[in-house]
Amino acid sequence: MMSSRIAGVIKRLQLGRRAVIALPLLWLTLFFLLPFALVLKISLSEAAIAIPPYGPLVEYADQTLNIFLNMGNYLFLLSDSLYIAAYWGSIKTAFVATAICLLIGYPMAYAMARAPGRWQLILLLLVMLPSWTSFLIRVYAWMGILSNSGLINNFLLGLGLIDSPLRMMNTQFAVIIGIVYAYLPFMVLPLYAHLTRLDNSLLEAASDLGSRKLNTFIKVTLPLSMGGIIAGSMLVFIPAVGEFVIPELLGGPNTLMIGKVLWEEFFLNRDWPVASALAMVMLLLLLIPIVWFHRYQSRELE
Amino acid sequence: MLRLRRRPNFTSVMLVLGLLFLYLPMVVLVVYSFNSSRLVTVWAGFSTQWYGELFRDQQILSAVWTSLKIAFLAASMAVCLGTVAAFVMTRYGHFRGKTALSSMVTAPLVMPEVITGLSLLLLFVQMAQLIGWPADRGMATIWIAHTTFCSAYVAVVVAARLREIDRSIEEAAMDLGSPPVKTFFFITLPVISPALAAGWLLAFTLSLDDLVIASFVSGPGANTLPMVVFSSVRMGVSPKINALATLIILTVSLATLLAWYFMRRGEAKRKALIRKAENA
Repeated sequence: MMSSRIAGVIKRLQLGRRAVIALPLLWLTLFFLLPFALVLKISLSEAAIAIPPYGPLVEYADQTLNIFLNMGNYLFLLSDSLYIAAYWGSIKTAFVATAICLLIGYPMAYAMARAPGRWQLILLLLVMLPSWTSFLIRVYAWMGILSNSGLINNFLLGLGLIDSPLRMMNTQFAVIIGIVYAYLPFMVLPLYAHLTRLDNSLLEAASDLGSRKLNTFIKVTLPLSMGGIIAGSMLVFIPAVGEFVIPELLGGPNTLMIGKVLWEEFFLNRDWPVASALAMVMLLLLLIPIVWFHRYQSRELE
Repeated sequence: MLRLRRRPNFTSVMLVLGLLFLYLPMVVLVVYSFNSSRLVTVWAGFSTQWYGELFRDQQILSAVWTSLKIAFLAASMAVCLGTVAAFVMTRYGHFRGKTALSSMVTAPLVMPEVITGLSLLLLFVQMAQLIGWPADRGMATIWIAHTTFCSAYVAVVVAARLREIDRSIEEAAMDLGSPPVKTFFFITLPVISPALAAGWLLAFTLSLDDLVIASFVSGPGANTLPMVVFSSVRMGVSPKINALATLIILTVSLATLLAWYFMRRGEAKRKALIRKAENA
């Protein structure tokens, strides 16, 4: 009697536990994982003038089951140099912007982690505050600064340093500045988190043993903050590869980026299958960085 | 920064320069919102006329309202889902599907928005074909999309807090016979409430800010604020957008100041309690 009651309680607990696990698992499977399967499916279908604008993958007629797997969209991506140039342009731009973010962000995070205790929270809030305003508006700010009649050009013309305005808007340069500006806080945050955890006694030990500052930095600080470097770099690089807003607003016709190309295929050409194929290839290219980021992040989560 | 006055070193100079880089463009936005000229880049005198025009723009006002409603609902749902996910990941040891869950919690943090947006749209289209819902895309579909990616951020914030707190209180409650549900609501939840508030605010700002995902999953009926701002900004700079930017920056700054004040007060209280306990 007693034992059956305990068994009942344990069974109820097990049931409750399963329900609690199921809630986030089901939601994310339905609204995050399943959609990717659909992108793969649509990328293998044929564009059609219909609503929605793609053909079926499976058809049953005259007692035969027809399965259409159209590789044409992928072959099309390979045949048109525009797409390859866009992928390459995205990766190059994102890489340069990530490197600049790291070069600016690391010393910033280092100074924050070494600042007196009561300053640290203020500095952290100051770095993060811009990212809580509006992304769109922060990109927009640079339109007024970089344009031909913009602040920098007016300033330089006023000083007489240049005779005609420098062309900065609608260039690769503007896109990189935009990405660095928009994503810098996401680089600083994980770096700071790692550098504050750094054990000071290790640095003291190194200095006691006669290591010079630069040597200590390269042999102790840098390896111990590697997790932060990876996390910060991936938080900048991966979204930057697929960035749409920044190349659209600051870039020109020559700055090809894949996020913008995908947007145009989808919204302007209404070619959903090609847009889906573009997304699948982008995902494939980003798989290794995403797994890398995940491996670091899941250590943090547990 | 205090040290800077004594001995400027490379990293503190970089910190000051980095902060200037982050803030100068925002200062420029604010200054030119008070410019009387239509040209954003030529100063023609002080004026508040663009604020007047902003408040007369029905399209922007209704978009603000739509965005606030979606952000409120998405943040609230994301806190529920994200907290459950964080709790399961940090407290449940090993279970089937754990790897899948942790991947689906971290991937949205970095997933390019165009991919998330496109994939969710395809899901909604497929669902409409199969079960007839959602017949019209709009606020409901944006709400689902925002809840999904925001809950990942909430999960990360809450999990960080769950790992920090002292588990012995939870264990003591369970040892004394408190059922897990009761322990969660009366012990764990109050302790992690600052993280819940932080997660909610983060989700709220993320939802308010999203342009790309909302553009994919929205229908003709629902225009969020970023969608309206984007279509206006595409045409070039406009002082009305500067006025809007100034109001956004002001709101976020005030909220941050308030958060800082409460965090500092909480910290001071905690220290006073520790001192009292040590003296007793």
